[in-house]
Amino acid sequence: MTTARIERHHYDVVVIGAGGAGLRAAIESRLAGKRTAIISKSLFGKAHTVMAEGGAAAAMGNVNSRDNWMVHYRDTMRGGKFLNNFRMAELHAKEAPERIWELETYGALFDRTKDGKISQRNFGGHEYPRLAHVGDRTGLELIRTLQQKIVSLQQEDFAETGNYESRIRVFSETTITELMLDGGRVAGAFGYYRESGEFLLLEAPAVILATGGVGRSYKVTSNSWEYTGDGHALALRAGATLINMEFLQFHPTGMVWPPSVKGILVTESVRGDGGVLRNSDGKRFMFDYVPDVFRKQYADTEEEADRWYNDPDNNRRPPELLPRDEVARAINSEVKAGRGTKAGGVLLDVSTRMPAETITKRLPSMYHQFKELADVDITKEPMEVGPTCHYVMGGVEVDPDTTAALGVVEGLFAAGEVSGGMHGSNRLGGNSLSDLLVFGKRAGEHAAAYADSLPKRPKVDTSDVESALRTALAPLDRQSGENPYELQQDLQAVMGDLVGIIRRAGELADALKRIQELKLRVDQVGAAGGRRYNPGWHLALDLRNMVIVSECTAKAALEREESRGGHTREDFPQMSPEWRKVNLVCALDGSADVQLERKPLPRMREELFELFDRTELAKYLTEDELAQYATPSTTAAQSKTEAK
Amino acid sequence: MGTKRHFRVWRGDEAGGEIQDYDVEVNEGEVVLDIIHRLQATQTPDLACRWNCKAGKCGSCSVEINGKPRLGCMTRMSTFDEDETVTITPLRTFPVIRDLVTDVSFNYEKARETPAFAPPPGVAPGEYRMQQIDVERSQEFRKCIECFLCQNTCHVVRDHDDNKAAFSGPRYFIRAAELDMHPLDDRTDRKEYAQAHQGMGLCNITKCCTEVCPEHIKITDNAIIPMKERVVDRRYDPLVWLGRKIFRRDQLESGSMGQSISTGVTGAGDATPFSSARHAETPPVREDGKMDVSEVALPIPGGPSPFGDVSFPLPTDRISYYQPESEDGPEDQHQTH
Repeated sequence: MTTARIERHHYDVVVIGAGGAGLRAAIESRLAGKRTAIISKSLFGKAHTVMAEGGAAAAMGNVNSRDNWMVHYRDTMRGGKFLNNFRMAELHAKEAPERIWELETYGALFDRTKDGKISQRNFGGHEYPRLAHVGDRTGLELIRTLQQKIVSLQQEDFAETGNYESRIRVFSETTITELMLDGGRVAGAFGYYRESGEFLLLEAPAVILATGGVGRSYKVTSNSWEYTGDGHALALRAGATLINMEFLQFHPTGMVWPPSVKGILVTESVRGDGGVLRNSDGKRFMFDYVPDVFRKQYADTEEEADRWYNDPDNNRRPPELLPRDEVARAINSEVKAGRGTKAGGVLLDVSTRMPAETITKRLPSMYHQFKELADVDITKEPMEVGPTCHYVMGGVEVDPDTTAALGVVEGLFAAGEVSGGMHGSNRLGGNSLSDLLVFGKRAGEHAAAYADSLPKRPKVDTSDVESALRTALAPLDRQSGENPYELQQDLQAVMGDLVGIIRRAGELADALKRIQELKLRVDQVGAAGGRRYNPGWHLALDLRNMVIVSECTAKAALEREESRGGHTREDFPQMSPEWRKVNLVCALDGSADVQLERKPLPRMREELFELFDRTELAKYLTEDELAQYATPSTTAAQSKTEAK
Repeated sequence: MGTKRHFRVWRGDEAGGEIQDYDVEVNEGEVVLDIIHRLQATQTPDLACRWNCKAGKCGSCSVEINGKPRLGCMTRMSTFDEDETVTITPLRTFPVIRDLVTDVSFNYEKARETPAFAPPPGVAPGEYRMQQIDVERSQEFRKCIECFLCQNTCHVVRDHDDNKAAFSGPRYFIRAAELDMHPLDDRTDRKEYAQAHQGMGLCNITKCCTEVCPEHIKITDNAIIPMKERVVDRRYDPLVWLGRKIFRRDQLESGSMGQSISTGVTGAGDATPFSSARHAETPPVREDGKMDVSEVALPIPGGPSPFGDVSFPLPTDRISYYQPESEDGPEDQHQTH
């Protein structure tokens, strides 16, 4: 075996992932003067960020001036059921507006308010209209804007050096299979070009993971083929740790019929703009599913709920706008109780609530998508929707300020969906686009600073490259080995059926056993054909990541004996304040098995604690914890945020 | 529950290839991309095809289906007859890498050659103010998902590889138009740039790009024609041409002429520097100070004709303008193809 024909590149910072977080990180790293490589698993500008529809949450206060970062912070913590890393939620709420405004200087064109500012829309879990948006294609606007900013930086470099790629280069259709280490330090990344099947080695002291999520391990998912948990697995193998892996967000309203659109999301703004959920009896069932902690904020009659759309100040919001996990669970219960449609969903109806013109104006791409993809006219008939695997809250355990991965590795950073902690047990809609901007920027900034701080560059060990090469080529040496597509289907069945939205101890234990069997089969997976653009081979390599990440999820789900956010245990249906104090941390042991460790959550700072009503916190925190905080002075929490 | 249907798929690489026949199961409600995935899972694990979102939002799965440029995920099987053979081939305009995957780097090169957004100097982040009606024109073009079907179908490059160097293609004309119409973009030469450096003159408005656009962007009507018309306005306006003939630019800018001493009756013209160059005319505005979006309401694309309600071409006996023969004539040859 030879390493002579492997392309070698030298960079200061390598960003793995070309979605919102990766591109934002790359921009920052290049602005800090670092030679930066962007690794894109697909073509440049196709990343999964394009799918985000609703918007980017940022407390700019353009529509309701009572909004500010403290209210946003409160909403985020409530949504995550107080399991969030408080510091990440704080930074996110504080910095999101700047990150959005910055996009306008890159050329983004958000929808406007009457006075010419960025318009903001209502969304599930957000107290005020907060989501900057462009119709229902906000994700596309975001990624295109960042893509075009990178091109403009390349144009600047071209003007200066005569080479577009002198400081920032996009490696499109390139997959990283292994991180290279020098002792406990990152030294580079090894991967292949999809197009040619040739290998490349990027030597760099700092690597930023921005690879997104893990949804392809599930049967019904809104995620694209890229979402195979690459970053999660790379981090684990490099000695970093993952947290909150038991928390997966099932988007409550994915299409379940017809099959051409199965898994595709119906954006929450359909509900924000007046869409309602009905079961097969025609009943608007969400009123039966308002949990006690939300009773104060949500309407209990249809009349009040309907008034809210036009007069949100004097009415409580409709229960269709409860956080995603609540809605997903409600739909699941309705379907299980036999009140679902034939395809196993419920009906989401806007057609009887708004004139057709309003629908096509407010939800243009939604209308367009279903008309073209499925011949469903949402202005005339309701949509059939059900829970879809959408987002993983868990991810690389990071330092909140620098995004540096914890564990035993240095020089590794993570931002966006691949990082964990920010969203706690459940992410609010709109918080992911702002998350990837805020922490993407921080990752780029701190990775650049880290690269500067090293006295000498870490060195890649040739034997590591050889072993990465052997691992990558192995499936091709087993031309008649097991079909990777079948293996993926089997894994999806295990995860969908046994580690899905509602979980039980017995099923989870069974899932773990099956995952162990799958691991052995993945070691024997084969790929027919050659190295040039061979999707079977690519899948065979991705499976290795998917199976290890699935093991993390199943193990953590079995361990956490409570229900919270994106983790529901039928055998432990209550939220437990004792469990709120604990994060489950996954690491790999010597034999490549996942080990779990319980780790206490960091304690929220006093002044952040005071943003909440003490009686509200009593629902989440133990009495001991509450006693640790001084009793606040006379001012109530609500008036505190408004005074500032 | 499914039925077997007949498919023909091009397989091969840059060295050559051929169309191969497959019988694949098709179920109700499926799209062509579902069939490609079933082929990969059951018969041809190494069949190369790009895809990402499977929802018509990323623009990755562009192929030609029965010869028409389409997105695989947006082509419902129910649009074909039960016994119809569906033929899937790679995009013809770009070099094949393998099977249905082509090398689309041409587009990324053209993207780099299109000048980026120029932020307005002195406007801080957070201080940008724009009206919805003003951003909507550009927003139409920002719907583009970069599937490159328009680039693929544009016959300026589809059948003429040698035009590729000088021609950016519809995708980058709408990018130029988007920036031209951006309320705060600081560059003022987007149209001229598109004409001079992006090869917009090669476009002869056959609207093929508009026809294949899965986002239904009116590429020709709303981007290319307005861009061309306004370039033409300036380039071929006889008065401007005459002005350029009489006062050569170098003379105009030398400042050799004295200031006007006339104050007129109102005094408004007092001390206005004399210039024979044609003053920039502001566009006609409505009472509220905004431009009329007349295009939307008009039966013909591209805004009303400055010449009033006449149809073109004019009868030759009514034309009193002669193409100049001097070296200073229009530099741009309006090439048609």
